[in-house]
This record gives sequence, C-alpha cells and structure tokens, in this order.
Amino acid sequence: MMGAEFVQLSLTPILIGVLASIACALPGNFLILRRQALIGDAISHVVLPGIVAAFLVTGTVAAMPMMIGAAVAALVAVVLIEAIRRLGRIEPGAAMGVTFTSLFAGGVLLLEQSDTSAVHLDVEHALMGNLESLIWLDATGWSSLTDAAALAGLPPELPRIALVAALISLLTWLFWRPLKLTSFDEGFARSLGMPVSIIGLALVSTAAIAAVAAFDAVGSIIVIAMFICPPAAARLMTNSLGAQVGWSLVFATVSAVLGYVLAGYGPIWLGFSASVSAAGMIATVTGLILAVACIAGPMRARVGQGATG
Amino acid sequence: MQGIWAALTLQAGYNAGLVAIGATLLGFAAGAAGAFLFLRKRALVSDAVAHATLPGVGLAFIAMVLMGGDGRSLLGLLLGSAISAWLGLLAVEWISRKTRLPEDAAIGAVLSSFFGLGIVLLTIIQSMSAGRQAGLESFLLGSTAGMLRQDAILIAVAGSVVVGLVWLLRRPMTLVAFDAQYAAARGVNLRRVDLAMMGLVMAVTVIGLKLVGLILIVAMLIIPPVTARFWTERADRVVWLAGGVGAVAGYVGAALSASAPDLPTGPIIVLVSAALFVLSLFFSPARGVAAAFQARRRFQTRVHRRQGLLSLSRSEPIHDPLTLRILKGEGLIRPDGVATEDGLAQAAKIARDERRWEVARAVHHDTALTGRYDGLTPIEDVFTPDEIEDFDTRIGGLRVVAGSA
Amino acid sequence: MTASDPSGAEGGLDPRSPLAVRGLTVTYGEKPALFSLDATFPAGRMSAIVGPNGAGKSTFLKAALDLIPRVSGEVTVFGRPVDQVRDRIAYVPQRASVDWDFPTTAIDVVLMGLYGRLGLWRRITGGHRDQARTCLDRVGMADFADRQIGQLSGGQQQRVFLARALAQEADLYLLDEPFAGVDAATERAIIDVLKSLKDEGRSVIAVHHDLSTVPQYFDHVLLINLRRVAEGPIAEAFTPETLTKAYGGRLAATQLDRLALSAS
Repeated sequence: MMGAEFVQLSLTPILIGVLASIACALPGNFLILRRQALIGDAISHVVLPGIVAAFLVTGTVAAMPMMIGAAVAALVAVVLIEAIRRLGRIEPGAAMGVTFTSLFAGGVLLLEQSDTSAVHLDVEHALMGNLESLIWLDATGWSSLTDAAALAGLPPELPRIALVAALISLLTWLFWRPLKLTSFDEGFARSLGMPVSIIGLALVSTAAIAAVAAFDAVGSIIVIAMFICPPAAARLMTNSLGAQVGWSLVFATVSAVLGYVLAGYGPIWLGFSASVSAAGMIATVTGLILAVACIAGPMRARVGQGATG
Repeated sequence: MQGIWAALTLQAGYNAGLVAIGATLLGFAAGAAGAFLFLRKRALVSDAVAHATLPGVGLAFIAMVLMGGDGRSLLGLLLGSAISAWLGLLAVEWISRKTRLPEDAAIGAVLSSFFGLGIVLLTIIQSMSAGRQAGLESFLLGSTAGMLRQDAILIAVAGSVVVGLVWLLRRPMTLVAFDAQYAAARGVNLRRVDLAMMGLVMAVTVIGLKLVGLILIVAMLIIPPVTARFWTERADRVVWLAGGVGAVAGYVGAALSASAPDLPTGPIIVLVSAALFVLSLFFSPARGVAAAFQARRRFQTRVHRRQGLLSLSRSEPIHDPLTLRILKGEGLIRPDGVATEDGLAQAAKIARDERRWEVARAVHHDTALTGRYDGLTPIEDVFTPDEIEDFDTRIGGLRVVAGSA
Repeated sequence: MTASDPSGAEGGLDPRSPLAVRGLTVTYGEKPALFSLDATFPAGRMSAIVGPNGAGKSTFLKAALDLIPRVSGEVTVFGRPVDQVRDRIAYVPQRASVDWDFPTTAIDVVLMGLYGRLGLWRRITGGHRDQARTCLDRVGMADFADRQIGQLSGGQQQRVFLARALAQEADLYLLDEPFAGVDAATERAIIDVLKSLKDEGRSVIAVHHDLSTVPQYFDHVLLINLRRVAEGPIAEAFTPETLTKAYGGRLAATQLDRLALSAS
C-alpha cells in the first residue's frame, strides 16, 4: 500500500486534502471565537456564482479566472452582508442567509441559462470537488520526489494550495496579537487605537482566500466542514488559544488523511468494488471527531460563572 | 409574454398549475414558519436542517431498494429526509446546550458533517445498479421537470397542511418569538414551542426539497421574514406578511419558471423574493434605507440647531462648522456669526424651556414623564399648560440657575 | 471662521486637563444618550461620573475614547486629540462587554496591556511576564495567573482587568463601573490600587453608581443626566440640590440627607 502506487495515486490527493484543511481551519479558529462561524458557510456558497460568472466572462474553465471570479464573489458577499446588516438593521445570521442564498440562486440560474454542457462545470463538482482525480501520473515511486521531470508533472492544485496554506500560516503568525485581542475584547482593542474593523475584514478576506483556493481542489463541502469542525473540537480540548490552534491543525490533518483513506479503501475492505466521495468522507470524519470532543473533550463544559452580573 | 400570462393564470397545464399552487402554499408556510425563527434570531438553524436532509434521502433510497422497491417513491424519500433533519436539529440543540460551543458553530458543524455523509451515501447509490437513474441529485437544487402528478398533489396537500399548522400554533409561537421570558412566565412551555417551531421548519424544508432543493429552501425560510420586517414593527404582522411575501414569490416564481425552458423553479422563486427584499430594504417608509437616511439628516440638523441656540443663549462662541452653517441657513445668525433678532428670540425660548425642564425634573416624581427629557422634545409635548405655568412660578421663586456654568 | 486652532488644543479646551469635552452629543438612533455635554476633569485626581441609569455615563467614556461615533463635540486628552495620546490612556471596559469563554488565562489578559508598547512582533520576554505578575500581585491575584478567565469570579475578573490597565502604565485611567457586581473585598482592593495611582500623580476617572461611596472614594465629581448637571470638587458639586437635579423624583428625601451628611 505504501509503494509506487501509493505515491502515484494517493500521495498528492492526501497532501492537497491536508493543506486545504489546514488553510481553512486556521482562520476558522478566530471566526468561531468571534461568533462568525457561518461566514465560511456563506463564502463557500457564493463560490458557485463566482465561477459561473468567470466562465461567462472569459469563456474558459482555466483555474486562474475561476479563482479570481470566486474571490470577487466572496468579497461581494462579505460587503453585501455587512451592508444589509447595517443599512437594514438586520441581525447578522439573517443578513448572511439572505445574501448567500440569493447569490447562489443567481449562480444556478446563470448556469442553466448558459451552455456549459461542453465543459465540466456543475453544481455537484463545486460541492464535492475532485480530490480523487488529482493524481501524480508521472511518479514512479518515492524516488520521484527528487526527480525534477516527475515533479513538473505534479497536479497544479498542489503547489497552489501549498502556497495559500503557507501564506495563511504566515499571516496568522504575524497578526496573532491583534487577532487575539480584537476577538477577545473589542472595546479595549479600540481604546489602544487598533483598527478593529479593518482587522475583522482582513480575517474574513483571508478566510475567503482559503475557501477559494480549497474549493477548486476539494469542493465547498470540505471547506465549510474545515472552517468549523476542527476549531470547534479544539476549543473543547484546551483553554489556551495557542493550544487550541495547534489541536485544530492536528484534527484537520487527521480528518483529511483518515477521510481519504476510508473513502478510497473502506468500501474495498467491506467487499465493495467502488470507492465513495473522499470530500464527503473527510467532512464526515471531522464531524465525528467533533462529536467525540463534545462527549469527552476535557474543556467541553461552559463555565461562565463570571459572565453573570 | 403569452407563456407567462398562461402560467400566471394556471393555464400552462395541469401539472404546472398544481406546482404553482404547491409553490404558493409552500411559500406561505415557509415565510410564516421562517418568521418565527427570524424573530427568535435563529434564522440560520434552517440552514442546518436543510443540509441535514441529504443523508436521510440517501438512506431512505437504499432502504427502499433493499426492500425490493425501485427506491424512487417521493413519500418514502421525504420521510427519510424528515428523520435525518430531525436528528440534525437535535444535534444542534444538544451541542449548543451541553457544550461551550455557540449555536452558530453547532449549526455549521451539523450542516457540513451531515451533508458530507449525504454525499458519501449518494456516491454509494451511484455505484448501485438501481441507483444509476435515481436522480437524487435533483434534491440538491430541486427540479419540477418531469414531476409526477402524484408528487405535485403531495406537495400541494402537504403545503396546505403546514399552512393549517402555522395558523393553529400562531398564538404560542408569536408569544415566544416576541418575548420568550414573558411567555415562560405565563406558563408557556418554551422547549415545546421551540420544538414545534422547528417541526414546522422541518416540514417546510422536506416539502420544498423536490421543488426548490435543499440549498435554496433556506432562502424561502429567511428572505420573506426579513422582507416583512421592513414593513411593520409588530411580531404577529411580521408572521402573516412574511407568509404573504413567500406566497407571492412562490406563485410568481413557479409561473415564470413554467413559462419558459431554462428557468429552474427554485432559483426563480428565490430571486423573486430577493427582488422584493431589495425593494423593501431601500423604499420601505419606516425602516428603509432612503427613509433612514433622510431621518438621520433631519435629526442631525435638529441636534445642531438646538446646540447652537443654547450656545447663543449663554453667549458662548460656536466652533462646530455644521452648527454654524445650519444657524446661518435659517437666518438665526448673521454671516459674521452674530445672532440675529430671530436667533436671540429662539435662544431665549430654549433657555426658558431648559429652566422649566430643570424644575420639572426636580419637582415631578413621575420619572416616566421626566424621563422623556432628551434635550430635544419640546416641553409642551410632555406637560399641560397649567403644569408649565406652575414651573414658571417656581422659577420666579427659585434662584435661576442656567446649567452650572 | 472659528475653527480649531493649530496648536492642537481644540476650541480653547483646557490643555492641562487629562480629559476635557465640549458640546458632546451622542445618540442611539433618534434618542440622544448625551446632549451637548461639557466637562473638564482635573489632573492627578480621582473623579467620579455619576448619574441615574440611562443618563449616559458609559456612553460618555466610550464617546470620549472614540469607541462610538459622536454627532458633535470636541474631546481632548492632555490637550491633544485622543488618537495622538492613546499610549497614555488605560481603559477598563465593563465586564459584560467581554467574551469570558475566550481561551485565555489571567496572565495572558494582563500581557495584552503591554501590546501597545510591544507592537505586533516584539517577543514577550521573561521580563514582561515578571512585569505582568507584579501587576497581578498588586491587585492580589498573583496566585490565579494561570486560571482561565471564565473560571474566575466577577470580582476576580474585574481585578484582572485592572491589572491589565496597570501594565499599560498610563497617565489617565478610565474605568467603566469598576465596582459593579463585585464583592466587598474586591471593592477595597480596587480602591486601594486606584488611590495608589493617584499618589503616583496619575489621573483616575470612573463611572460610578453607588452614591453612598462617592464622597469617600473621589475628589471630584461630574453629575450627569443626559447633560452636565454639576461638576466640581465633591463639597461643591455633590449636594442634595445637585443630586435632586440629576435624579429628580428618584431619590427620597432621607437618602438625600444621608448623602449630604456623608459629604460634609
């Protein structure tokens, strides 16, 4: 199982899954603490109208215009949610619901109206991704990792998501203090002169970048799951923010690896011939990890005795 | 155009007519049930419920195939989806009650992991011999194309049942949505009402699966109540208005969709209600953006005008450029900043009212009245002429204190 | 045109005052929370902001610090716009405004008080930790340094907030209801720390709701009810007459007498 076939067929999808999970879980930690967990849900829904619009404008399904389209749609959604919340004095959850469902409906309509049958562009693809197909055909074994010719044949999704994961890790590390302080005590952060709204917007934009980079490889469903489940489970493990982020990365990695393996080999072990959706299985596994944390996480209980009064 | 007209008058065919009626009823039920959720500030719970239907659909299909059927009975699939939606709902409640995680995290966790499981089941079904033409993907986005007559009847009947339930449960649910603590104090069982509310939401979701799909049914539960909120300040009216908005969107959307190819029902219904929402956001007279903008401008002018007059009455210099502009614009001061006769007269009146308020607050023990002292309300709006006269005699008797300056 | 003069002291507000405002108006929607308020706090003193519920006390602090928008008004801190002197201000918000479930410990919270000086990237050293521990010790919380903040009692949380403010080493301390919902021991501990700050020459301004302790704790008082009712040294501004003006019918005559007694 760990031989040449593994390198060829499983190594790259697993790596891409892990990197995508990490890229989403990192900003997810702060989104959860700020009660903005569902912004990830909203962003991943508006990815569809974004890519459809990009296709209609450029006429191709190349990766770059698609990602730009998705990123623009995510930013439009974030701005619209904020505008509706402020202008209409609507609570954030409802403002989110109005925005992402309307944009999604627009995306589906555009998709139906345009002739996309010739290209592989559909709702299911956007939801489920195509992790299984991101194989490394040029590899002949572990030695290919040092073979420049073989490395050139890596699926382009891998360097892309690696770059984004590295960028997000760097940003999280650089802006750790303002992120922590504005999430914990906004009034105090403002009194120090921190640009609280800009930090909030930057966090959401980072989440949007993660979502857009990840959806292209693994589909929206993992994106939503990874924004929320690993950080939520991690919150139940510890009372320190640093440790929480560490745990969330562990959970994200374990979910991606375990989910991929179960999807690819699980049915075979059970005697079936076909495999099941890796994206779906990864989301399921991360949900199960959260369920275990809810039942047995050492810091699962709400304390809040000081929160009264 | 003719096609739209035919569809709007239910003449585009028997099935299309049934679908339009079903969509109208569903729209009404979704709007009303969603209004309760919205007023409880839990709008996005519907998102979790909707996504949690998918594994139920998959499991129901597999179960029916294993029992020898072809697995495509709409009733069976909807029953399965109802069960898993209910489990998802319980999971959200359990996580947010038993752990420290907030409800929004619980919603996101449940919707993504249930949906992931559903996708896994769909891929299993695709690999089954009976599953190749199962068409379960249509539950993601809904599809009325090729809908069986019995399915259309099922949607119409179930839609009217839900409308009936909303009507039956309207009182306790409005009470809870409006003020949960007061309702609890009056002996309403909060948990049971919440569960009933969720039950309605779940029923709407399940019925809407075939019509608009599980992703867009969320829109039918959220957009109409948000739209209705712009037109009224009363909780009970929000419920019925939301129902109305939902019904209009459902009817017009279904009719438009039947009038031409490539107009999928779900997205059209959602876009019609989104259009109603945008209109309300900008143009509703009470809470609309245009009205709010004007009111804000008027209010700011009142504040600056009053502040400027107070400064005039105390012969203090005015620094604020906006105050200066307003006073000049109304001819209360001359361009060089010196008060005009009119300005002095109005300043004197405001100074007198300030003294009256001061006395009023000192002598009047009714804080509900004196609490209306906000610096802007004219004293004549709060006290009767003889009361004001009484204040004036007291001012004559008391030492006159202008502020503490 | 009478615009603000270029020296930085706006509109003739007292440049020596740690906090001076003029014409401050703040509204929530269409309802004014503060109307055309003037105030000038003395340096090196302990000042109380007092008034009935909904009189705009917390709003005043927030508006003075630019945490919420104001409709009109000028604010100076030590004679300069707030944004230029933020490093000289320490703000202790109301306890209710914070997420107590946040994964952080008491000493972590105190270290946040150093962020202003540390900037984004300077490392937190052992020296900084010692400094934070000293601040915790000053409020009697040294033994609770590693406790998650949600596990502390209300009074202990308030002390941690105060320790964070101490770590800022500011010249002006602004506290929003520091004694709300705390136990008697905490109240004593907090007031001792505040008095020691005053002895070091720093200025303290606190929103305060307990009339009976005003004369005992503070030197200077600003009585407000939407507008300034009275301001000055306790003996002049904290009298039955001014209190009646601020509270209207809400204070009984006996209460007033008792307060007047304790003030004199």
